[in-house]
Amino acid sequence: MALVDKHFEDSAGVGISEATAADFVALLKPRVMSLVVFTAFVGMVVAPVAVNPFLMVVAIGAIAIGAGASGALNMWYDADIDALMARTASRPIPAGRLAANDALAFGVVLSVLAVMTLGLLLNWLAAAMLAFTIFFYAVIYTIWLKRWTPQNIVIGGAAGAFPPMIGWTAATGSIGLESIVLFLIIFLWTPPHFWALALFKQGDYGRAGVPMLPNVAGEAATRRQIFVYSLLLAVSGILPTVLGYNSLWYGIAAALLGIGFIGYAWQVLRMPDGDAGMKPAKALFGYSLLYLFAIFALILLDKLVLRMAGGLLA
Amino acid sequence: MKQEELERVTMTEAQKKARRNRSIALGLALAVFVVIFYVATLVKFGPAILNRPL
Repeated sequence: MALVDKHFEDSAGVGISEATAADFVALLKPRVMSLVVFTAFVGMVVAPVAVNPFLMVVAIGAIAIGAGASGALNMWYDADIDALMARTASRPIPAGRLAANDALAFGVVLSVLAVMTLGLLLNWLAAAMLAFTIFFYAVIYTIWLKRWTPQNIVIGGAAGAFPPMIGWTAATGSIGLESIVLFLIIFLWTPPHFWALALFKQGDYGRAGVPMLPNVAGEAATRRQIFVYSLLLAVSGILPTVLGYNSLWYGIAAALLGIGFIGYAWQVLRMPDGDAGMKPAKALFGYSLLYLFAIFALILLDKLVLRMAGGLLA
Repeated sequence: MKQEELERVTMTEAQKKARRNRSIALGLALAVFVVIFYVATLVKFGPAILNRPL
């Protein structure tokens, strides 16, 4: 069986496109891009090598455009199931504003430009990691895993976890344990975040035939797995202090945020089967967004304070 | 001549407006790309790159 064995009918027809620039921007998943920009920025700033500010902006831009391009490729391939889910039905392709093949061309061209820019202006190891991330998200996750296994977002989550690591590598030209810790935090954060969403969007995923964990293994198994990943996430959050990259103050704040995460996950664990409101799952989803932002902001702030203190003592 | 007229595509106002919108966005994106590589070249190699025998 070929990996690409289907074709979403171009609802925009073979005529002249009425797509605007805003439709192409929507293909880049701007909200996901904003998270990529932030985490890549943190990765670059905490790296032990200072980068020219202009090159830093270019690197973060290239990483964000690369991530956006993989989003466009995802929307190209998933247009058929996006049309079936309320959350995604208004995306440019299922809504008929943009032809699927235009999205494919847009995604491929931007991917190449982003990788080449990062390679030419920063370094080729970072560029290779960006290329791998785009391939991982578009092919391994979107085309292969997403419709095949309920562990789709566990493995696919790696794609979202790479940006801070790429930022760190763009600055240093190498891969370090510190950047792997940043990767690990996002990697372990992804399952409870998306499974909380999957719990209260079960109907959507079921209609589209996407084998998300609640649809395949049931709500109880999902709630247990959310709790286990939340424990692992809380531990990974304090690793920067344990490994000596951040201060004890960061460690205490991260531990408190982690306990909060476990608290929300505990409420989800105690939620009865078939809970109509799904309030605990919605609360965990909201808190997970806040948690990731807070952890990365704290890592950044703490590092800057440590450097300033180091500079004053020197 | 008549055949050519038959094959001509007449765009609607919405299509013309969308094409203009895309053209402006593409032009701006290209301009930004050129500026990025111009400034990045100066940053990476220093202003001395402009000071060479022609």
